[in-house]
Amino acid sequence: MIHISLKAEELFHIGSFPITNSLLVALLVSITLIALALSARRKFALIPHTIQNLTEFTLEEILSLMDSVLSERRKSEKYLPLVATIFVFVLFSNWFGLLPIVGSLGLNLIHGTETEFVPLLRAPAADLNFTLAIALIAVITINIFALFALGPKLHITKFFNFSNPINFFIGILELVSEIAKIVSFSFRLFGNVFAGEVLLIIIGFLVPYVVPLPFLFLEIFVGFIQAFVFAMLALVFVAIATVEHSAESHAH
Amino acid sequence: MDIDSVRLWAAMGTIAIGAIAPAIAIGMIGSKASDAIGRNPEAAPKIQTAMILSVAFAEAIAVYALVVALIIKFA
Repeated sequence: MIHISLKAEELFHIGSFPITNSLLVALLVSITLIALALSARRKFALIPHTIQNLTEFTLEEILSLMDSVLSERRKSEKYLPLVATIFVFVLFSNWFGLLPIVGSLGLNLIHGTETEFVPLLRAPAADLNFTLAIALIAVITINIFALFALGPKLHITKFFNFSNPINFFIGILELVSEIAKIVSFSFRLFGNVFAGEVLLIIIGFLVPYVVPLPFLFLEIFVGFIQAFVFAMLALVFVAIATVEHSAESHAH
Repeated sequence: MDIDSVRLWAAMGTIAIGAIAPAIAIGMIGSKASDAIGRNPEAAPKIQTAMILSVAFAEAIAVYALVVALIIKFA
C-alpha cells in the first residue's frame, strides 16, 4: 500500500521535543551547506577553483538580480544574507528531497496488529513546520529591516494610523496583508513540494521504470523555481517595505 | 452517500475547479508579458522578472486548492 502522510512522521524524542524525518534531512542539508561554505574559504585564490568559483558565481548572480530590483549595490549587500540564505537553503533541501533514499528508506513499526511504514528521510519542505518557520523568519526580518531603514515612527504609522478613518482602515489592511504574506509563503512552498512528492510516489507506483523520468525533471525544475520565487518575493517585499516615502510626504 | 465517497468527490472537485482560474490567469500574464517584450525587447529582463513574480502569485492560488484537496484526501 502507498504510504502518503500529510504530517512528517516522528522518529524519536529528545526530552519532549519530537524529531521528525524532515527535521533530520534539514539538519543534513544544513551540515552540507556549512561544510561547503567552510571549504570555499579554505584558500582564497585570486584565480578560484571549483567550490570557491561556484560560490562566487552564485553570489554574483544573486547580487546582480537584487541590483535590478533595489537599484543600489549598497542595499543589495545589506539584504543579501536574507535573500541568499532563503534561496540556497530551500534549493538544496528541495533537491535533496529528490534523492532515491528519501521517502523509501524506512522502518516498519508494529503497533499491536497493524504495521506502519515510517520513512527515515523526507523532503524538509514537505513539512508545513519547515515552510512556516522560514516564512515567519522572512516576514519578521522584513519588518525589522523596514524598522531600521525607515525609523520606528514611519514604520508603525504604516499599520496604526489614527489621522483619519480611511488611513485607519488602510493600516488594518496592511496588518492583514502581513498575515497573508506568511500564509502564502508557507503554503506555496509546502503545496508545491508535497504535491511533487505525492506525484512521484503515485507515478512510481503505477509504472516504476522509465516513466518517472520526466516527472523527476519536473520536480528538479519546480524545486529550483520555488526556491527562486521564495527568495524573489522576500526581496520584493523588502524593497517595498524599505522605500523612503520622502517624495510622497512633500506632495501633501 | 457515505462519507468516504463524499470525500472522494470533494477532493476531486476542489482541485478540478480550483485550478481553472489560475490556469487562465497564468495564460493571460504570459501573453501580456510576451506582447510587452515584443514591443520593447530592451526591457526584457525587467518584464521577465515581473512576469515570474506574477505567475508565482497566480500559481499560489492553485496550490492553495491543491493543499485543501490533499488535506481532504489524506487527513
